[in-house]
Amino acid sequence: MAFLDMQGLVKRYGDFTAVAECSLSVEKGEFVCLLGPSGCGKTTTLQMVAGFTEPTAGRVVLDGRDITALPPNRRGLGIVFQSYALFPHMTVGDNVAFGLEMQRVPVEERRRRVAETLELVHLTPFAKRFPKELSGGQRQRVAMARALVIHPPVLLLDEPMGALDAKLREDMQIELRALQRRLGITTLMVTHDQAEAMTLADRVVLMNKGRIEQLDSPFGMYEQPNGRFSSTFLGKANVFEGRLDGSTVLVGTTCLPCNTAAAAGPVDYIVRPEKVMFTGADALVHGRVMARVFLGNHWLFQLDTPLGPVQATQVNAGLPSVAEGDSVGLTWATEHARVVPRSH
Amino acid sequence: MQERQNLLPVWLSAPGALAMLAFVALPLVLTLSLSLYPFVPGVGVGEGLTVANFADIAKDDYFHTIFARTFGMALLVTALCIAIGVPEAYVLSRLSPRWRAVSMVVVLGPLLISVVVRTLGWAVLLGNEGVINKSLMAMGLIQEPVRMMFTFTGVVVALVHVLVPFMVLAVWASLQKLDATTEQAAESLGAGLPTVLTRIVLPQVIPGVLSGGLIVFALAASAFATPAIIGGRRLKVVPTTIYDEFLGNLNWPLGAALAVVLVVIVLVVSLGVNRLVERHWKQVFQ
Repeated sequence: MAFLDMQGLVKRYGDFTAVAECSLSVEKGEFVCLLGPSGCGKTTTLQMVAGFTEPTAGRVVLDGRDITALPPNRRGLGIVFQSYALFPHMTVGDNVAFGLEMQRVPVEERRRRVAETLELVHLTPFAKRFPKELSGGQRQRVAMARALVIHPPVLLLDEPMGALDAKLREDMQIELRALQRRLGITTLMVTHDQAEAMTLADRVVLMNKGRIEQLDSPFGMYEQPNGRFSSTFLGKANVFEGRLDGSTVLVGTTCLPCNTAAAAGPVDYIVRPEKVMFTGADALVHGRVMARVFLGNHWLFQLDTPLGPVQATQVNAGLPSVAEGDSVGLTWATEHARVVPRSH
Repeated sequence: MQERQNLLPVWLSAPGALAMLAFVALPLVLTLSLSLYPFVPGVGVGEGLTVANFADIAKDDYFHTIFARTFGMALLVTALCIAIGVPEAYVLSRLSPRWRAVSMVVVLGPLLISVVVRTLGWAVLLGNEGVINKSLMAMGLIQEPVRMMFTFTGVVVALVHVLVPFMVLAVWASLQKLDATTEQAAESLGAGLPTVLTRIVLPQVIPGVLSGGLIVFALAASAFATPAIIGGRRLKVVPTTIYDEFLGNLNWPLGAALAVVLVVIVLVVSLGVNRLVERHWKQVFQ
């Protein structure tokens, strides 16, 4: 059995269903990310694991022990809140020591472990400061230290980078990932930021409307999205509605090639923008460049084609040969096209 | 343009400042000057300047007792208001919005009723022939009425009743600013409810407790109607004594001197406590 097991978790508030069904197994030492748009139920799921929300149905099993009925203060999980929830009236040191104090750890050991943990997050010189005297990134580290010092079996992170600016967020992500790998701590994180999920997680749990939409490694999910929602929430995608017939998909009047074992019928034909190439001959479809946008490391093209609007990107290797208003042929490798039966 | 902008705040605050000057500062200054005139029996306010009125207050044990009683009462009322008001505000903040609205009206109830009506209501309850004594006797719990009117306890109970709302409102304002996830964080670290309340919630609402406490203390020390009706002549406090000096003995300078001493003590205590608390709990006041 997995280390942390969520079995058929459901949460309903009257008529409103926050989490329709969530079953998920997290292995020891794994970093799992709950990803989804706001209102998809990811935070509610985390709250049920933490014990702040009582599930309507289902169980939470930690290391073989059913903890569904345990109050949060007896679960012993380390939690980092989006707002950090630092105690403003205590110094950084006292904040970190609080959990050990609650566990009645002797003063000497407490002092040693607080010092160790502050060292771990590079905050040793700040032990005597108060949270208000720290920057956002430093507060985030204090919250991390406070959760880690009690040596929790599982670390729960609720949008831990949400309050940081973009540059700092990237640095903290890399630091968090290194820390998690070093400690080997089982981690469950909630985020709405797909880049963050891809950076940090071993496995991504994509949630939508209270259900798990797809569960895979970041690479697997990006390359093999199982539908329109996955493909557009994680990265960008061109999605064409068509009909599968044998080894071709008919979109409007255009035939597109594909490799799929799916049964004939209505399908979504998905191609990532970076897989779309410009070609002179053998074009799958022709289009007209409506816009060309420079984005630093790559160029983005908006094209108008018989399939509908298409996005294509090209690595920035100098000024591209294609300009706005040009007519171009488009092609992509058959194995880069994903075909999934249309769910609705 | 720049000049006009700079003057705007002055113009906007001028009416309020003038009203304060005319109706608060001026009477206070007049009271202070009145306290420095001698009292001539049969004549009233005499000629010349003297500190004799203050000397009388400083020397006379009668006044010492009254001041001690007044401030002892104000401190006790403040302590009780903190003990009742802080938990009350916390419970209120945890209610659903609908029950919170209803409970708010109940909490503010005492303030919506005229002081005389409310105090006479307490007199009806507390008297020897009052509701409480009669029912206790009817139940056979007591043989003789328990004296509650004209007692220290009676005055304290009636004052706490009307002053608790100020404490609740002040603490409520502080609770609004409290980050509720700090309670969850403490819980996740293993703290039970009592620890969360004493170690996490209470320290963060200290500013509210302080401002509520200062309001309650000042209002209790200067309360007139409640001590006058429930305490009566038997249990004099400074405000009722001032009233008697002005209107009973017609000794206006002594009454004014008592008023000045009362104001000064309330100010000194309030400012002193304010500074102490703000220094000790520096972090939550920023």
